[in-house]
Amino acid sequence: MTAETLVLSIAMAVAAGLVGSFAVMRRMALAADPLSHVALPGIGIALALHIHPLFGAVAALFFGALMVWAVEGRARAATETVIGVVFSAALAVGSLMTTGENLIDALFGGAGPLKWPEVVFGLVAASAITGFIITQRNRLVVMLVSPEVARTSGIEVRLLNLLYLETFALTIALGLRYLGVLLMGALIIVPAATAKRLARNLRGMLWLAVGFSVFATVLGSLIASWFHRETGPLIVVVAASVFFISLLRA
Amino acid sequence: MEPILEVSHLSVRFGNVAILSDVNFQVSKGDSLAIIGPNGAGKTVLLRALIGSIPFEGNIRWATGVRIGYVPQKLGLERDIPLTGADFLRARTALAGTPAARVSEILDLVGVHAAVAQQPIGTMSGGQFQRLLVAFALVGNPNVLLLDEPTAGVDEQGQERLNELVHRLQKEQGLTVLFISHELSVVYRYAANVLCLSRVKACLGVPREILTPELLDQIYGSHMEYHVHDS
Repeated sequence: MTAETLVLSIAMAVAAGLVGSFAVMRRMALAADPLSHVALPGIGIALALHIHPLFGAVAALFFGALMVWAVEGRARAATETVIGVVFSAALAVGSLMTTGENLIDALFGGAGPLKWPEVVFGLVAASAITGFIITQRNRLVVMLVSPEVARTSGIEVRLLNLLYLETFALTIALGLRYLGVLLMGALIIVPAATAKRLARNLRGMLWLAVGFSVFATVLGSLIASWFHRETGPLIVVVAASVFFISLLRA
Repeated sequence: MEPILEVSHLSVRFGNVAILSDVNFQVSKGDSLAIIGPNGAGKTVLLRALIGSIPFEGNIRWATGVRIGYVPQKLGLERDIPLTGADFLRARTALAGTPAARVSEILDLVGVHAAVAQQPIGTMSGGQFQRLLVAFALVGNPNVLLLDEPTAGVDEQGQERLNELVHRLQKEQGLTVLFISHELSVVYRYAANVLCLSRVKACLGVPREILTPELLDQIYGSHMEYHVHDS
């Protein structure tokens, strides 16, 4: 594992832990997976146009998050049904557009050596995500109580929701190289779900989620390089193992 | 007394369904207004319209300088998250720019022990948690409190304490209080005025005028009984 790979994967894991903490507390755990699937058609289009797949993934995720936000804003809309149908369809269409090795890389991550533009994008995106969660954590906490309470506390509820969803989408984009479309949702949710079981306050929740996420990413990557296996699945196996161990604590 | 809130011709629709139609009332500064009515009459919708979180037709005019504290009925969160009462209060004080020392003052005021505020919210009793929500509303130093069935799911003793707390805050701090309640005896005891909402009619008046068996039958569509506690 090269130094830049290690730094980038740790930055991604920190971002995933922070974003995941609020995703779990906002009961978005099940939305993470379908939303990450929307990246696949974006990758397919980018490959067809001979541009970097990451651009296609970021654009598709941006519109995917915008769509979740728009559906959430409509009273009485069955948000989960719409997300389930649209994003599963996105996975199917994306699979048709992306073929062979490209499809496997897109689904599970791991596409050749890192290039500098990717490193720069990754570090800038991870810093932006981390900065957003840290600076907006008080607003995000107040919003957990109720949208009405947030509103009377001077928070622009709809705007903050949109920014959070886009941050979530950017976190998925950040992890596509390592974990792919199918597994990145798990790195956002599983360490945070483990932290939720063990933490006793907000500070503990955020630190534990980041800690478990970094631990799973580094250990998963090391095991992958020792045994010449794909990195993404091993990261998720480590994260899930920590979660199952946490179940032993009553 | 000058009005702090004037509502005229207020209507709210969700799609084709009219939830509120042509509601008119005003509230004076320092007043206590109870909002009653059967389920589905639009009581919570009215409070949401008053804070501008849903679209409406008509006019809602708050006096200048109004700061609203809102105590919700339904929470956007599950109680199993590992956040403490102190975590919530700290987040709210940071946003309001309130000094941290004010938190312990407010906790004293609502009767939540500092040690309880350090516990995860899932371990608090219903009454403790509702008082925490009142504390949360008080952090922004409000002059109006909106309470959406604040005693729902709280045991009888807890209800009594919470009602007394809100009444005391209203008297001592001159707060204007608008509260939704299904407990007509509480309405009778604590409200200066009552606004009733129902599919049939909306009405406004002092408790003795509104809480009559005939009018309650019309509002709720069935016989309602309550006990008057003369204070």
